[in-house]
Amino acid sequence: MEKEKHHIVEYKTYVYVLMGLVTLTFMSIGITHIDLGSYSVLGALIFSTIKTVMVLTWFMHLKFDQPFLRFMVLFVAIVFLAVIFITFLDYYFR
Amino acid sequence: MEQVTHHSDPHYDQEASKLGMWLFIFTELLLFGGLFIVYSIYRFLNPEAFRMAGHELNQTIGAINTIVLLVSSMTIAMSTSALQKKNKGLTVFLLEVTIMLAIIFLINKYFEWGVKFDHGIWPGSQHLINDMSKGEILFFGLYFVMTGLHAIHIIVGLVIIIVALRRVQEGTVHADRPSLLENAGLYWHLVDLIWIFLFPLFYLIH
Repeated sequence: MEKEKHHIVEYKTYVYVLMGLVTLTFMSIGITHIDLGSYSVLGALIFSTIKTVMVLTWFMHLKFDQPFLRFMVLFVAIVFLAVIFITFLDYYFR
Repeated sequence: MEQVTHHSDPHYDQEASKLGMWLFIFTELLLFGGLFIVYSIYRFLNPEAFRMAGHELNQTIGAINTIVLLVSSMTIAMSTSALQKKNKGLTVFLLEVTIMLAIIFLINKYFEWGVKFDHGIWPGSQHLINDMSKGEILFFGLYFVMTGLHAIHIIVGLVIIIVALRRVQEGTVHADRPSLLENAGLYWHLVDLIWIFLFPLFYLIH
């Protein structure tokens, strides 16, 4: 555990993560220029979700932190998605 | 080594401090999450109006600000590594770069909003009320509230990073006591995460 606490992420890891994030940003801009109808929102959101996971994992150190933090983040994400889902069920079937 | 740090300050608990910061981040997520739900419901109900209003936004400025925030997230993450490696000079330099990038983001935002004001678009403006549909009014209302609230978070983050920078320079934040810098970083990444969703939802509507 002591080793986990003092885990130091190498600078180059962050550079790679940034390059991935920038690439995904340009891809999400690119995908909205292709006419996919209602799927373009979905596409943009998928890219955003991948970027979020990358930021959480490396920039926010979840990969190197204690597992319970990961579970908490996952739990909050699931609760939030459930609220979205239930709200849309309401509006969709009105 | 743990013995030394433990006895030097029994009230210092790095893990608890981090946990507290995460709990705060969850409350922030619910704050913005609520707004995102409001946005998605209104977009679902007014798809055409949202698309037309979305074309008013400058995609280039939005994209530049996205890159600026992503780079600043990297520099503050690197500064934490630099602090742990006991490289104070590099830590200070990376924090200064982060502060510069945050200011660049705000300057871009200032010009972006300025253009909207020049076009007569602000919450409750005559142009908005007289010439636009209900859906477009909703879009711009949400645009100003959500990017405005996000900009306030940028300003708060900026203040926190400046405080962290001063503490690093003073030597009260160091490799054995990095919590303030780590938590400042977590907050800054949260601001980045929110923008990751704001950008496609407002600027990339086609």
